[in-house]
Amino acid sequence: MSSLLSQEVPLSWYLLLSAALFSLGVVGFLIKRNLITVFMSIELMLNGVNLSFVTFAHQWHAVKGQIFVFFVMMVAAAEAAVGLAIIIAVFRARATLAVDRIDLMKL
Amino acid sequence: MHLILFLIFAGFCLGGAINLLIQSHPINSALSLIVVMVSLAVLYLLLGAEFPAAAQVIVYAGAIMVLFTFVVMLLNAGREARTLGSRAALRLGFPAVVAILAVIATVILYAQGLGVARLSDGITSTEELSTVLFTKLLLPFEVTSVLILIAILGAVALARHDDTDQRANAERTGK
Repeated sequence: MSSLLSQEVPLSWYLLLSAALFSLGVVGFLIKRNLITVFMSIELMLNGVNLSFVTFAHQWHAVKGQIFVFFVMMVAAAEAAVGLAIIIAVFRARATLAVDRIDLMKL
Repeated sequence: MHLILFLIFAGFCLGGAINLLIQSHPINSALSLIVVMVSLAVLYLLLGAEFPAAAQVIVYAGAIMVLFTFVVMLLNAGREARTLGSRAALRLGFPAVVAILAVIATVILYAQGLGVARLSDGITSTEELSTVLFTKLLLPFEVTSVLILIAILGAVALARHDDTDQRANAERTGK
């Protein structure tokens, strides 16, 4: 049991996972053609960054890193609310969600 | 134990993220994003971050993803058309992403003094966190609440059916 508890994972693995999540988010942002899925890729990038915040908070035994995660979540929530409202407005005006056809700022 | 849990949930994370990319229906992408977020919450717990783990499940997997699935269903978003985007995305975007990932990975792998995580490391209690949040960081916290309020008002204003616009359109088309 003690050997199980003392098993350790290097923090660099967590950081690599966070970098991989961020890159997958960027790739999704580039290849997805649906407005909502593009938006989800942004959320994926935010999550990847959050993981590295928590990892560094663990590394430095600092509480502020975890509080920053909380702030990022709040900003993400605000962004999701406004962004999805914009998507609804765009869909009402254009009747499409394909990013190729939404290329004007004007509604 | 830590290693096993890390491998399982890191696998779920990466699998969910890749599944998000290869699914063509937005609702499937939304569900795989929920998988990513819940397994990230477990990883936060492994790192001893109790409050971010709970907030991840409640705020992200709960509130934000419900909003996403609502919008997907409301707009009746179907299968996305598979155009391959612009050539710039293919020729510049992917090499750039790979290069960025390679640079970050090299920096991380060569970083000195990165510690290790164990299950016996202990958990940062919510009490400790809230003491800092409500004493040293009170102003940012209050500003966040203003931000949320503005976001609510903005969302309502943007998503509302605008009656005046519709009337103006009706008049214009009528004449």
